Amino acid sequence: MEQNITQIIRRYGNDKARLLDMLIDLQEELGFIGTQAVELLADTLHMSHADINQTLSFYHFFSTEPRGKFTIYLNDSVVAHMFGRETIRKALEKEVGVSFGQVTADGLIGLFSTACIGMSDQEPAAIINNKVFTKLTPYRVKELVRHIRDGRPIEELATESYGDGKNPHPLLQSLVSSNIRRKGMVLSDEYDYGSVLSTKLPKMTPEKLIAEVKHSHIRGRGGAGFPTGFKWEFCRRAKGEKHYVICNADEGEPGTFKDRIILTEKPELVFEGMAIAGYAIGGDEGILYLRYEYRYMREYLEDVLQKMRKRHLLGKNIAGIEGFDFDIRIQFGAGAYVCGEESALIESMEGKRGEPRDKPPFPVERGYLNQPTIVNNVETFATIVRIVENGGEWFTQFGTEDSTGTKILSISGDCLFPGIYEVNWGFTIADMLDMVGAYEVQAVQVGGPSGTLIGPDEFYRTLGYSDLSTGGSIIIFGRQRNLLKDVVLNFMNFFIDESCGSCSTCRIMPLMMRDKLVKLLDGNGVAQDLDELQQWGTVLLASRCGLGQTAGNPVISSLKNFRYLYEELLQKDVEFDQGFDLQAAVQESCDYVGRVPVFSHH
Amino acid sequence: MSKQIIATTSLAGCFGCHMSLLDIDERILQLIELVEFNKSPVNDIKTFTKQVDIGIIEGGCCNSENVAVLKDFRKHCNLLVSVGECAIMGGLPAMRNGIPIGECLHEAYIGGITVQQNHEHIIPNDEELPMLLDKVYPCHEIVKIDYFLPGCPPRADLIWNALYALITNTPMDIPYEVIKFD
Repeated sequence: MEQNITQIIRRYGNDKARLLDMLIDLQEELGFIGTQAVELLADTLHMSHADINQTLSFYHFFSTEPRGKFTIYLNDSVVAHMFGRETIRKALEKEVGVSFGQVTADGLIGLFSTACIGMSDQEPAAIINNKVFTKLTPYRVKELVRHIRDGRPIEELATESYGDGKNPHPLLQSLVSSNIRRKGMVLSDEYDYGSVLSTKLPKMTPEKLIAEVKHSHIRGRGGAGFPTGFKWEFCRRAKGEKHYVICNADEGEPGTFKDRIILTEKPELVFEGMAIAGYAIGGDEGILYLRYEYRYMREYLEDVLQKMRKRHLLGKNIAGIEGFDFDIRIQFGAGAYVCGEESALIESMEGKRGEPRDKPPFPVERGYLNQPTIVNNVETFATIVRIVENGGEWFTQFGTEDSTGTKILSISGDCLFPGIYEVNWGFTIADMLDMVGAYEVQAVQVGGPSGTLIGPDEFYRTLGYSDLSTGGSIIIFGRQRNLLKDVVLNFMNFFIDESCGSCSTCRIMPLMMRDKLVKLLDGNGVAQDLDELQQWGTVLLASRCGLGQTAGNPVISSLKNFRYLYEELLQKDVEFDQGFDLQAAVQESCDYVGRVPVFSHH
Repeated sequence: MSKQIIATTSLAGCFGCHMSLLDIDERILQLIELVEFNKSPVNDIKTFTKQVDIGIIEGGCCNSENVAVLKDFRKHCNLLVSVGECAIMGGLPAMRNGIPIGECLHEAYIGGITVQQNHEHIIPNDEELPMLLDKVYPCHEIVKIDYFLPGCPPRADLIWNALYALITNTPMDIPYEVIKFD
């Protein structure tokens, strides 16, 4: 065991900035990260146990106890619940014989819950030993557990039918489907990979390239919408020993799965976009930060990178441009929503807890290893290639004035055709619902839990940075859904689980809001509670990062657009009811010290 | 315009929010033009002498006296503002929530490594002492609170901007830099 641990640490050159990689390998190869591993890590890396433990304890997919030879992570997202997650949970518990959070006595199977795994168009889904199993049914559960007990290897469990597109690729052999329903410039098959790198860049200076990107007015596709050209320009101008290009593929917003499709179907486009960015900012190292849920793509993506190196699209003097060196490595996350925030992502890449940094300075000035860094979304990099190919001017003819180009939407929930749709910005919600076959719609969640919940009277609104902004997650709720109990409550639980804990507002306020929501759902609410919820949403704005600031959005947004659902729950003619009872509250301490509660002097 | 009347108190808090209030620097002169203080540790007035417009609460409730003072404030103040982490969410004192009160008292008076000379293992129980609550409560769980100002402590600018808006009945101007925690 000790030898294995030392070997893993050495694999990453005893570099403490690679702690996350070490922990991932330890977890995968040993099944858990125990005290022995922590001690060896601390000794070798010259770090304290506390430093190791704080990283170790931060990520969902690390454990200090064995989680079973077969570890089943069942998705707990809202869409999973809509498509029968509870039935699957019960079936699993019955077949395996233990409750969730436990491992069988023989150490064979462990059952665990996990946040959205990016499979909302094929729920319920689970990850078993890094393989994804979609569209689970009780029968399939029975079969899977039986096969595990029969001693079959994981590869054999996942052979019944591979998904569409590239998913049957020998290095993927994945049951996941890509479900592309509508293609635009990014998902189109007309582009010849590598042609921008080999034919366009040799004729362009980095400055001209940045000017072209600025001219396209493209804004970040991750959700925040920062103008990409400016980001690149700031980074190029920033002084540093080295400049880094990071691709954010940590799509954790429940309901989002577009990056999975782009990376499955068009990985060459993303890597080419990263190389273009490297040329623009003067960086020679690119890192794809990929969420651990997509670990099954590892060999496939490494193979794509290898092929690009062979074609000289990565490596030294790319496209014959003297000094244009660029290569890409893949960095996996380990299960943390907050790492989608760029500075948290950088912290995580440095082997630390994924806590957002205080800003300024922004990553373009001091990012990865304190060097100038750009962090862009998967979709942004893929789109950039088409922009450089066809020119910024060409790009502006798509979409609207303030939101140029196309947007790849991950659409799930109550509709006939969930999947991936690439549309021009400016699409209305009403058209979108017609497009995906969604009828009798009660509400649409645009932009995931941190976004906006809208009802039919707002379906005329359009997708774009100035109206309904979205990183791509669209979840549709039919009339049969209980919005507060099934949707808002699930979202609040998600934010409670995913807070990094750095700001007390985000650590505590969502919990208070959840408790308040439960109070309302239990029929104990009063009008004052709604005022408090409203104000607490504002208090959350004091948080350090965007995730904390939007953690109250499920409540705030539904309170704004579906206020009647809350009002229906209120007690009539009761002004204040918090259930506080002074006598009961002091009883315990009085009993302990041996005194009789007296209230007369108050 | 007649002067608005303000009262302040610190319950289970550290007086940091009051310190932050004093951090408004020379604007305190402007404040004195706008308001009159009633019950407050700032002027050491111990009991309410009249009805007050705005009550500022620092700290949550950890004992029966906190509850009594808070209820007294509710009775005498037209508006109550929870100021700071502890009043809104319990804050540091609420770290004892989830630990049985007996364990807390034992640690504080008998078992703790810094406890010396309590050879008879006495835990204070005089009737004059406030009775400890089973946990620390945020103020809004005891009485109705009208406004919440976050921070640990809230910056002087935040307290000033909010107070000024309340006193003059104008919209609050709170840029992100002012409410941001750190």
